[in-house]
Amino acid sequence: MSIQGTAIYVLWRREMIRYVRAKSRIIGSLAMPVFFLGFLGLGFRRMPIPGMDAGTGYIGFLTPGIIGMTLLFSSSMQGMSVLWDKEFGFLKEIMVAPVSRVSLVLGRVAGGTTTSMIQGFLIFGASLVLGFRLPGIGAAAFGVVFMLLISFTFIGLGLIFASRMKDMQGFGIIMNFIIFPFFFLSGALTPLENFPWFIRALSYADPLTYGVDGLRAVLIGRSSLPVLVDLAVMIGFALIMLFLGAYFFEKSEGV
Amino acid sequence: MDAIRVDNLVKTFDGFTAVDHISFTVGEGELFGLLGPNGAGKTTTINMLSTLLRPTAGSAAVAGFDVARDRDSVRKSIGVVFQEPALDSKLTGRENLEFHTMMYGIGKAERRRRISEVLALVELEDKAATLVEKYSGGMKRRLEIARGLTHRPKVLFLDEPTLGLDTQTRRHIWEYIRKLNNEAGVTIILTTHYMEEADFLCGRIAIMDHGKFVALDTPARLKDTLGGDVISLEIEGNAAAFLDDLGRLDWVKRSKFHEDVLSLTMEKGERRIPELVMLAREKGVTVNCVNLRKPSLEDVFLHFTGRTIREQEANQSERNRARMMGHPGFGRRRS
Repeated sequence: MSIQGTAIYVLWRREMIRYVRAKSRIIGSLAMPVFFLGFLGLGFRRMPIPGMDAGTGYIGFLTPGIIGMTLLFSSSMQGMSVLWDKEFGFLKEIMVAPVSRVSLVLGRVAGGTTTSMIQGFLIFGASLVLGFRLPGIGAAAFGVVFMLLISFTFIGLGLIFASRMKDMQGFGIIMNFIIFPFFFLSGALTPLENFPWFIRALSYADPLTYGVDGLRAVLIGRSSLPVLVDLAVMIGFALIMLFLGAYFFEKSEGV
Repeated sequence: MDAIRVDNLVKTFDGFTAVDHISFTVGEGELFGLLGPNGAGKTTTINMLSTLLRPTAGSAAVAGFDVARDRDSVRKSIGVVFQEPALDSKLTGRENLEFHTMMYGIGKAERRRRISEVLALVELEDKAATLVEKYSGGMKRRLEIARGLTHRPKVLFLDEPTLGLDTQTRRHIWEYIRKLNNEAGVTIILTTHYMEEADFLCGRIAIMDHGKFVALDTPARLKDTLGGDVISLEIEGNAAAFLDDLGRLDWVKRSKFHEDVLSLTMEKGERRIPELVMLAREKGVTVNCVNLRKPSLEDVFLHFTGRTIREQEANQSERNRARMMGHPGFGRRRS
C-alpha cells in the first residue's frame, strides 16, 4: 500500500474549505465548551481541589479538562463527517478514486486533527480571557503533543464507528452512550480522587483520562499519574485507535 | 481486448441475491445498456464493476483488470457517474473538479486545461465558481458527467444518468453521451429504467430482472422478437365469430381477446386496418376504437419479464378509453 501525498493534501484541503465555510458550525461547536468553562469555572471558583494550592483555582484545574473535551468532541465528529459523506454520496467519489485506502485514512486524520486543534486552541484562548495563566513556552509545546495524541485517538475511534455504521442515526446514540461517558470518566470536570473506586477503575480504561491528566501535568503542574506514564499510555492508545480506524475503514465497502 | 468481461458474477446481501450469475462482454467503444426495473440489480452490478462492492462469486474484468484483485488499476481506468449525486455541495463546481483531478494525480497545468475543457463541454463555465448546493438537478448531473471525464477513463459507468431530470435536460445529456461515445471513443455502460433512453442511446441492451439477464441484444433485434406491430380493436358484438375468421388469416401472428379489446400482432399493421374494420363489419361486429402500436422496448421488456403482454394491452386500451371519454365529441356520440 502506497501513500499518496497529493491525495492526502487534497482531502485535507477539502476539510479546511468546508471548515472555514461552516462558520455557524464552528461557533456552535465552541459554545458548549465555552459555557462549561465560563459557568463552571466561575461557579466553582472557590472549590478546593486535592493536591492543588488554593491560588490556582478551579479554572486552572478545569481548563485542561475542557480542552480535552473540545478535542474529544471535535475529533469523534470526524467519524460523523465520514457518515455525512456516505449520506450525501460523496464517499463513493472518494472510494472509487485510485487512491490507497491508507492515504484516504491519513487525509481524514490530517483534516480532522487540524480542525480539532484549531478548536482546542480557540478554547485555550477563551480560558486565558477567563483567568487561566499561560504556562511557559516549553510546557505549552508539550501540551500540544498531548492535544495531538487526544485528537488521533478519537479520530481513530470515530473512524471505527463510522466504518461499522450505515447511517448517521446511530451516531447520535454513540455520542450519548460512549462520548459523554468518556468525557465524565476522564476527570475533566472533577478530580479522579473524588470518584469511588469502581468508577475510578473505569476512568483508567478511558484514553481521555491520560490525555487530560497529561495536559494538567504540563499546563498547571498537577497530575494523578507521572506525566511520562500519561504520555506513554496516550501514544499507545493513539496508535491502536488509528490502526483500528484504518483497518475498519479499509474493510468497509464504499456503498 | 474487451472493455468489460463478466463471468458468472454473483452478489448476495444477507441471503438476498441481488445479482444472480450474470455473464456478458462489452467491446471497446461500445455503448451498452442495462435496462430493468428498480431493484433488478443494475446498480449492484455497476458497484461491483467499479470496485465499490466485492463480488460474492464469479469474476469480472474491466479494461483487462480483475475487479477483485487489481482494484487500483480498475479505478484508474474508469469513470463513474453514480445514481445519487456524489458531489460535495459545500464546494464550488470547480473545486469539485479540482478535488477529483488531484485524487487522480493529474498535474497542475494539465488539470487546469482539462477542467476548462470539460466545463465547456457541459456548458457550466459561468457556474464554475458557484457552490454546488445552488445548482439545479440538471447542472449537478452535467457537472458529474464532466467530472467523470476529467481523467480520461477508458470505461465510463453511468448509473441512471437522467433520473429525475426534465425532458429538455434529458435530451441534452443524451447528446453529450452520444458525443462522448462517438468522438472520444469512450466505452460506456449505462443503466436506466427509461425504455426510450436505452432505445435512443444503446448499441446493445441487456434486460435485467431479479438479478438475472433475461435478454441481451440490439434494440432492433429485441423488438423483432415480438413479431411485429400490435393492433388493438375495441369491439362490440359477436366477437367469437370474428375471432374465428381472424384465426384463418395467415398474416395475423397472434391474437388475444380481453375485456372487449382484441389485440392482434402482425407486420405492417397500418396497412391492415381497413381490411380488419371491413371484416368486422361483415361479421356484424362494431369497432369502437382502433389503436396501432409499433413495438417498443417497453413491450420487449414486458414480454421478457413475465408481466403479461395482455395485461399491458388492457392497460393501454384503458388509457385510450379514458382519453377518448375525455374528448367532448366522442362522449356525446356515445350517450
